[in-house]
Amino acid sequence: MTTLILAEILNDHDSQQLSPSALQAVAAAQFWNSPIHLLIAGNNTASIAQKAASISGVERVIHTNSDHFSHPIAEDLANLIVSISHDYEVILATHSSFSRNVLPRVAALLDVEMISDVLEIKADNTYVRAVYAGNVLTTIQSVDALQVLTIHASSFTAQSLEGDAEIVSIASPAAFGKTRWISEVRSQSDRPALSAARVIVSGGRSLASAENFQQLLSPLADKLGAALGATRAAVDAGFAPNEIQVGQTGIVVAPELYIAVGVSGAVQHIYGMKESRIVVAINQDPDAPIFQVADYGLVADLFEAIPALTAAL
Amino acid sequence: MKILVAVKRVVDYNIKVRIKTDGSDVDIEGVKMGINPFDENAIEEALRLKESGLATEVVVVSIGSSANQDVLRHALAMGADHAILLEAAIAIQPLAAAKLLKAMVQREQPDLIILGKQTIDDDTGQLGQMLAALLDYPQGTFASALQIEGNECLVTREVDGGTETIALSLPAVVTADLRLNNPRFVKLPNLMMARKKIIETIDGSDFSINIESRLNLLKVSEPPARKAGIKVASVEELLSKLRAHEGILL
Repeated sequence: MTTLILAEILNDHDSQQLSPSALQAVAAAQFWNSPIHLLIAGNNTASIAQKAASISGVERVIHTNSDHFSHPIAEDLANLIVSISHDYEVILATHSSFSRNVLPRVAALLDVEMISDVLEIKADNTYVRAVYAGNVLTTIQSVDALQVLTIHASSFTAQSLEGDAEIVSIASPAAFGKTRWISEVRSQSDRPALSAARVIVSGGRSLASAENFQQLLSPLADKLGAALGATRAAVDAGFAPNEIQVGQTGIVVAPELYIAVGVSGAVQHIYGMKESRIVVAINQDPDAPIFQVADYGLVADLFEAIPALTAAL
Repeated sequence: MKILVAVKRVVDYNIKVRIKTDGSDVDIEGVKMGINPFDENAIEEALRLKESGLATEVVVVSIGSSANQDVLRHALAMGADHAILLEAAIAIQPLAAAKLLKAMVQREQPDLIILGKQTIDDDTGQLGQMLAALLDYPQGTFASALQIEGNECLVTREVDGGTETIALSLPAVVTADLRLNNPRFVKLPNLMMARKKIIETIDGSDFSINIESRLNLLKVSEPPARKAGIKVASVEELLSKLRAHEGILL
């Protein structure tokens, strides 16, 4: 049996690169102790395929180049995967907005119930995953012959880069044709990506305005080399852009250090950050639930504590 | 243009769900239930398209037992024209739900299907993509903006690192993100009127679709709790504690 991993290409400024989450996907796929193939679809994938071939544990990198993969849409990626699916018993990707868009479509085309955001893989097609915003863990067993799943990246330790996989180029099916890519808006930031940051400074509604959010948190994030995050409340109030929302309906993060500033600690937010190694909470309200998950809690006025913290670094 | 919206009845988002003592499942007996929040965004968007003259009819469908009438009445009170309860006995999984909804689409022939991007109980986020796949329709997931232009639906999608805009040839499936709109508040008189409206009930087994479970629940458990740490008195104390940790460079 063989496992197929769908890898994501990230557009970073003007260059394209392999998403580092592929290293965690390969780590998860090691469970089956069988050959691992990695699929890359783009319009100029030669160097990305080279990089992917160096991931330890990958036997084969399959790449395809086509104009319609310059901005890949789910319909084309799903048809591509289905076209080679007969060789595989497991189809896997890390749980991201990219794979969440594609893999359910693949699963339905192949008549499989898919397993999303797997925390732990067990024997006999059994998986542990969270439901109810991480408040409950379920252990489920699939009876399908083919397994289609996304894995929770931070639950798996990234593979090293000591591999030497073969690289195979394949043709891609014709474009789906009924979906047209128009444009994208990438957030312009020199800060690290939220999903890969070692330090995250995250703000909640207590910051009270978009100006405060930037004026208080940006200097702190700059000094720490940190990514900025936000609660849903802060995003909905317009203090921060949607792509930095941490939580059940945003991004799940697991940095070394997570500094929650003026964050009350709704369960939906805690779901997105509770795997952080060290959590610091700074909040005026001593009863805020965020303190129940914080290693270090500071009850203080944000507008004094944050500048003081920034100045002390 | 006719729009079909699918809605799910879920545990209210403010409720912390408990586990049954034997660990066989969650205990939702007597727990407050309501419409999945993302599905409210889906209804709202359909209603706005109707109010702007672009759509003529909004049909809402829910899969489940007669208990689901409450979420359908909520949708009717918001302004949906017609509600359908698709009765299915067991808690069905996304692919099975997609197969039932496909049958509904073939019966109702909508030009646009809007769903929530995920449900807040199972958090799988699969249904819209699966339905689009079974219908061979284009899909616009995680939509934060939607616009109809001729025979196309322009969808702005929330993706990691920003947004992306795509054009879907109708008929198409769109899944709503929370920022697509602010769902309207249901007024009491509308709720009273919705109580008098007729909800069409269809027996899910009429479609002869196998909706047997393919993912068997073996057990449920509490996640390991993150334990609370200590309170520090000052910024200086915070920094000295953090600096004592290996690998944290401040």
